[in-house]
Amino acid sequence: MNRRTLAWLILLSVPASLAIAVWHGSVDIPAARLFAALSGGGESIDREILWGLRAPRALAAFACGALLALAGTLLQALLRNPLADPFLLGISGGAAAGALTAMLVGAALAVQHLFAFAGAAFAAASVFAFSLRPSGWNAYRVILAGVALSAGFGALVSLLLSLAPAAQVHGMLFWLMGDLSGATDPLPAWVVLGIAAALAQSQAAPLDLLALGEDKARSLGVAVVAVQSITFGCAALATMAAVLLGGSIGFVGLVTPHMLRLMGVHDHRTLLPLSVAAGGSLLALADAVARSVPAPVDLPVGIVTALIGVPALLFLLTRAR
Amino acid sequence: MLTARGLSIAVADRTLVGDLELEVRRGECWAVLGRNGSGKSSLLLALAGLRRPSAGRIELQERAIGDWPRMELAQRLGIVLQDEPADYWGNALDYVMLGRYPRSRTAYSEDPVLREQALALLEEVDLAAHGTQAYRTLSGGERQRARLAQAFMQDPECLLLDEPLQHLDLKHQLAVMQALARRAAGGRAVLMALHEPAMAARLCDHAVLLYDSGRVLHGRIAEMLTQDNLQLLYQCRLEPASQSDIQVFIPR
Repeated sequence: MNRRTLAWLILLSVPASLAIAVWHGSVDIPAARLFAALSGGGESIDREILWGLRAPRALAAFACGALLALAGTLLQALLRNPLADPFLLGISGGAAAGALTAMLVGAALAVQHLFAFAGAAFAAASVFAFSLRPSGWNAYRVILAGVALSAGFGALVSLLLSLAPAAQVHGMLFWLMGDLSGATDPLPAWVVLGIAAALAQSQAAPLDLLALGEDKARSLGVAVVAVQSITFGCAALATMAAVLLGGSIGFVGLVTPHMLRLMGVHDHRTLLPLSVAAGGSLLALADAVARSVPAPVDLPVGIVTALIGVPALLFLLTRAR
Repeated sequence: MLTARGLSIAVADRTLVGDLELEVRRGECWAVLGRNGSGKSSLLLALAGLRRPSAGRIELQERAIGDWPRMELAQRLGIVLQDEPADYWGNALDYVMLGRYPRSRTAYSEDPVLREQALALLEEVDLAAHGTQAYRTLSGGERQRARLAQAFMQDPECLLLDEPLQHLDLKHQLAVMQALARRAAGGRAVLMALHEPAMAARLCDHAVLLYDSGRVLHGRIAEMLTQDNLQLLYQCRLEPASQSDIQVFIPR
C-alpha cells in the first residue's frame, strides 16, 4: 500500500474509532436517537448517556492508547530495543504500588491518584538516575534498572494484595488488569498527550540519527544526552498519564509501533504521529469491545488488548527477520 | 586546522599516546599506523571530541574542541567510525543524505540539488545502482562505502576516518584512497587510521606511528615509512619490494 494512503487511513481511523466507541455500549441506542443527542436534541437520557458516559469514556480510552503507543515508540527508539514498552520502566509498577497502598488504607479516589502519581514519579526518577552517567546514557542500565524496579514493585503489589481484606481485592485486581471504568475525566490525559506528542515530534530527526549509534549521531551535531533525556521524559510523562487514567493496559505500547513498522513506516517524523493515532484508535475500539460484548458486565479493557495483542505480537515475531 | 598539544590518552591504565604534539593542516593527508590496540581509534575519537583525553588539549581552528557548539563542530569536523550499528531503516540514498544534517538540521530533505549531490557521491563510491536498496541489506563493503559517501556529504573541513578501507576489495580500496586524497588536495584536512602501509605510502603525505607505551613518531611519509620504523612498529621482518616508484615493504 502507498504510504500516503496508509497515513490517511490511520488518521481516518481516529474519528471512526471514536464514533464506534460512542455508538456501542451496554444499552442499545438507535442511530437516529444518537444523532439527535449528538446535536443537542433528543431525549435527556440519551444525552446523559452520550455526553456524560460514553464520550468521556471513548476520549479517555483514546488518550490512554495514544499515550501508551507514543511512549512505546519513544522507548523503542531510545533503547534501540524492539521489545521495549512503556511498562519496562517500572512506572506502572510504581503507580500500582502507590494506588493499592492508598486503597488498602481506604483513602479517597483523589488520594489514590496522588499515591499512584507519587509511585510512578518515584519509579521514573529512579530509572533516570540509575541510567544516566556523566559519560552519557546507557540503554542496558535503563533496562536493568526498569526490570529491577518492576520486580520490586511486583513483590510489593503481591504483599498489598495478600494484606487487603477480601472486599477490596476485586477493585485492586481491576486496577492491575487495566480498566477504564473509573476514567471519567480525560482532559488531563489529553493535555499531557498534546505536550508529550509535540515535544517528541521536535526530536523526530535526532531520533532517526540515533539509529547510527551515539558517537556517530554526536559527530553529526546531535546533542545526544539532551535528546535522550527529552525522549525519556516524554515517555515517562506519557506512561504516567496513561497509567493514572487506565491502570496497566498492556500491549498497545509494544504492538502499535511494530505494526506501523511492518507496514513500512520507520521515520519518526511519520511514525510518532501515526503511533498516536493508531494506538488511540486501537484502545478506543478495544474498550468498545470490552464494554459491549459481555453486557451488562464491564470487562477490563486490559484483557481485551492482551487477547488481541498476544497473538498479534506472536504473529509479528514469526515475520521478524 | 587540527592541533593536539601535550595530548595523552590512556585506556584501562595503559598509556596509548603520550605527550603528543601534532598539527594537521589543510591539504594534508595523514595516515595513523600501529598494531591492534595501539590506540589508533582512541586517538581519532579524542581528536573528534568524542572521548576526553587523559591530558592535553585539542584545538580545531585555534578553538578548543570542547568549546565548539555541537552543530558548528559537525559542520567543520567529521568522523567515520570503525563500528556503527546497521539499524538504520532507510535506503542508501537516505543514509547518505543524513550527512547533511549539521547544515540543514533535517533528516528528511527533499531538496533536489542535495539529492543530486548525494547521487553523485553514491556514484563516486560505486554505489549508484544501490541508491534505493535498504541500507541494512547492503553487504559489509557496500555499507562501508555508503558511510564514506555520507561523510563526503557532510563535507567537513577536517575529516577523520577509522579504518576507511575495512571490508573493501582492492579496487574499492584504491578508489576510496583516491577519493580521500582528492579531498585533501581540494583543501580539506584528512587523517585516517590504516592497516595498509603500502596504501599510505601511495596516497598519504604524512604519517603518525603509534608504538608501545605511548611513544609516537610522526612526520613526512617518506621519513616515517622506513624499513626500520615499520619492522619495529609491526614487530615482524619486512623486505623492500622493488618494481615500484615508491618504497614499500612486504612481510618475510
